[in-house]
This record gives sequence, structure tokens and C-alpha cells, in this order.
Amino acid sequence: MKKVYGSADEALDGLLSDGMLIAAGGFGLCGIPELLIDAIVKSGAKDLTVASNNAGVDGFGLGKLLDTRQIKKMMSSYVGENAEFMRQYLSGELELEFNPQGTLAERMRAGGCGIPGFYTKTGVGTVIAEGKDVKQFGGEDYIMEEGIFADLSIVKAWKADDTGNLIFRKTARNFNPPAAMCGKICVAEVEEIVPRGSLDPDHIHLPGIYVHRLIQGEHEKRIEQRTVRKREEA
Amino acid sequence: MPWDRNQMAARAADELEDGWYVNLGIGIPTLVANYVGDKDITLQSENGMLGMGPFPFEGDEDPDLINAGKQTITELSRTSYFDSAQSFGMIRGGKIAAAILGAMEVAENGDLANWMIPGKLVKGMGGAMDLVAGVGRVIVVMDHANKHGVSKVLKECTLPLTGKGVVDRIITNLGVLDVVEGGLKIVELADGVSEDELRAATEAKIVD
Repeated sequence: MKKVYGSADEALDGLLSDGMLIAAGGFGLCGIPELLIDAIVKSGAKDLTVASNNAGVDGFGLGKLLDTRQIKKMMSSYVGENAEFMRQYLSGELELEFNPQGTLAERMRAGGCGIPGFYTKTGVGTVIAEGKDVKQFGGEDYIMEEGIFADLSIVKAWKADDTGNLIFRKTARNFNPPAAMCGKICVAEVEEIVPRGSLDPDHIHLPGIYVHRLIQGEHEKRIEQRTVRKREEA
Repeated sequence: MPWDRNQMAARAADELEDGWYVNLGIGIPTLVANYVGDKDITLQSENGMLGMGPFPFEGDEDPDLINAGKQTITELSRTSYFDSAQSFGMIRGGKIAAAILGAMEVAENGDLANWMIPGKLVKGMGGAMDLVAGVGRVIVVMDHANKHGVSKVLKECTLPLTGKGVVDRIITNLGVLDVVEGGLKIVELADGVSEDELRAATEAKIVD
């Protein structure tokens, strides 16, 4: 079965619908599926719920989908690097479900592993626990969190082979593997697609079983906080 | 003289033991990395890295290599990378020996508030709730009072909690306090700070 598509538009063809739940990889602007986000903007799909650690910045990443009002709800751990996000949120146009970062990652991983719920200590005794089932294990309280089963996953990796085996680079891996795992369909964008056999099987970070469609493209890879030290400090 | 930011960071660094894997929060906790000396400490960045190095030299910034504060950083010879689920697996699983974090409020029962002020812009808890629930030791480094001079070391937190009963030790500009049965215990006074001054600046109950 052919997984490699010519463009982000082609790779998303037939997969998008209004009101769907999309899981997106990335942390801040690092390792985000920027080409697929652009294609979703073009598609006009609306009322989307997006599970993503962050919501991009104004005019870049998921911020583009906020600018066009295509997102109805975000499931995130940290937002607000984004004036348009805060405007929509404060005016009630945008729903926001805060998830502790590790809970969000585990909810995605669990969904991808067929686990509909799990218990965690994270958030016990806080607003996050409100309305959630509490169970004691070994005399300590844990709260139940539900796995995320997304309609579509969009992720970014560094390299892929044509069967969809993925390799990530440095901290751009972040939420991409769990996001990829939890979707019914996963579309990945990468910097380079190589023929099968070119990647060492021992070096694959995410097996191609999780990846259904694949594109190669140029990435802007914008830096959110450029911090450096001077050479003479060496 | 109460401790300044760097002295608080240096005091917090004394808490770390050789061989520990540690997560440092934003602000004063970040400065702790400057004071670990010869100890073999591996810093975790919860976006998926163990062995966090310093900021890159100008021109060497890599957009694929950032810390949890989204700042460009570098790797070390010991560095490893992993995904967010595994990263919080090691946090929740108690593999990270300690987290050093800033705080808005700490209570005498170890409650911690550092993510949300009702009515103000709420950006989210990020990984803070997972860290305080999971790591071996939670060490808070903060000023003893807020900018209005009101104690941040309280009987009860007034702000929404990040974690309940999670703090082990508090390091402020006035000294070091441990969360113990029944209240807080003074461990150490900052240079030139008297016990009376520390008690007067603390709303929480201090026990002997």
C-alpha cells in the first residue's frame, strides 16, 4: 500500500470533517506539523477539537487555525503565547480544557494502546480532579483520566522510509509519538523520505504501523525563544 | 542580609546529591545549575531530554533542541532524548530524584500553588502538576514575601493548588524550612537573619 503522497493537501484528502478531534504533535513551535496545519487551514474544516500541548503563536503553527476560527476547543497544558488565542478564550468563542502535560501525553499514549482510562496521582486535590473518579491504591488517592482516541493525528518527524517508519530529531520528538499513536488515521510530515532498507531497524523511533500517510516537505522550524551565550564565555 | 537570588540558588544546589537526575523550574531554580560544582547531576527537561546543556553559542541555535521554557539549548555527551509520554513516565514513576520549583504560595501542610491566579491570565500548569506529584523530593525556592510584603509561607494556600501536600523543603531569602508533622520546622537561617525575623515573616505555623 502506498503511503507517500505528493503534498499535504493530497495526504489529507478525504480525511477531514467538521467537528472532528485532531491530535497534533509538537512542543511550543518545536516539532510541529506545520505543513499539515497549513493544509487544514486551506481545507476550511471547522469546529475542530485539537489535542496539542500548546496552541502555537499568532500567525504560526496552530495559531493559523485560531486566526481562521476553525478550532472550537483546545486540549492543552500551556497556552497563551498567542494574543488571538487569549482573545477568543476570554470572549468565550473558544473552549479550553487544561490537562497536566504528563496527563495529556499519557492520555494520547493510552488511547493508542487501547486503554480507555488510567489512574494517576497528578492533579489529586486540585481543580483538575473535580468530577473525576478517585480510587485508592496502597492507601493513596489517584484520579482516573481517559485515553484520547482521535479521529486524526498530525505529526512531524525528521526522517521516514516509504513504509512510514519514523525517526525524530532531538527534542522535536516530544508529543509526536503519542499523538501519532492515538489517531484512527495518522498523517506524518518529514524532512526526508528514504527508500525502505535505508534506515537501521534498530533506530526506528515509531514503527510505520502507526503512520498511514506521509509527505516530505520544507519546514520553517521557527524558534520561539532564541537564547545564546557569547563565544568569549567559552 | 537576606540571601539574594544567587545565594538562594547556591543553597538549593546544596540539596542535590551526586548521581541525581533533577528537574529545574523556571526563574531562580534555573540558576541552580550554576552551583552544582563537581557533583554528577543530570538535568531533565520535561519536553523530552536528559542531560540538558547550556545555551548554544551565537549561530549554533538548533530549532529542534529546546528546553521546557522553549529556549534554545545544547546537548552534552550524556544526553538522551525521548517522547513526552516517556518523559512524564519517568517523572510520575519517581525516577527523577528532585524538582526545584518556584512558587506563588506554600502552606504549612506542603500544599503548593504556582500555576494560576483567578481573574488573571491563566496560561496553564504545563508539567508542574505531574512533577510535584511524581518526583522524589519537591524543593521550593522563592522569596519569603510577595512584592507587597505579604508572607507567601501560609497556613493555607489561597490560590488554586498545583499539588496537595507535595512540598518537602522551602528555601527563601530568609532561610530554609522543612514541611513536618504539624507545621514547618526551621532548618537554617539566612546570614544575618534572626529566628524572630523569620517567624515574624511567616504566616504558617512553625514547630520545633
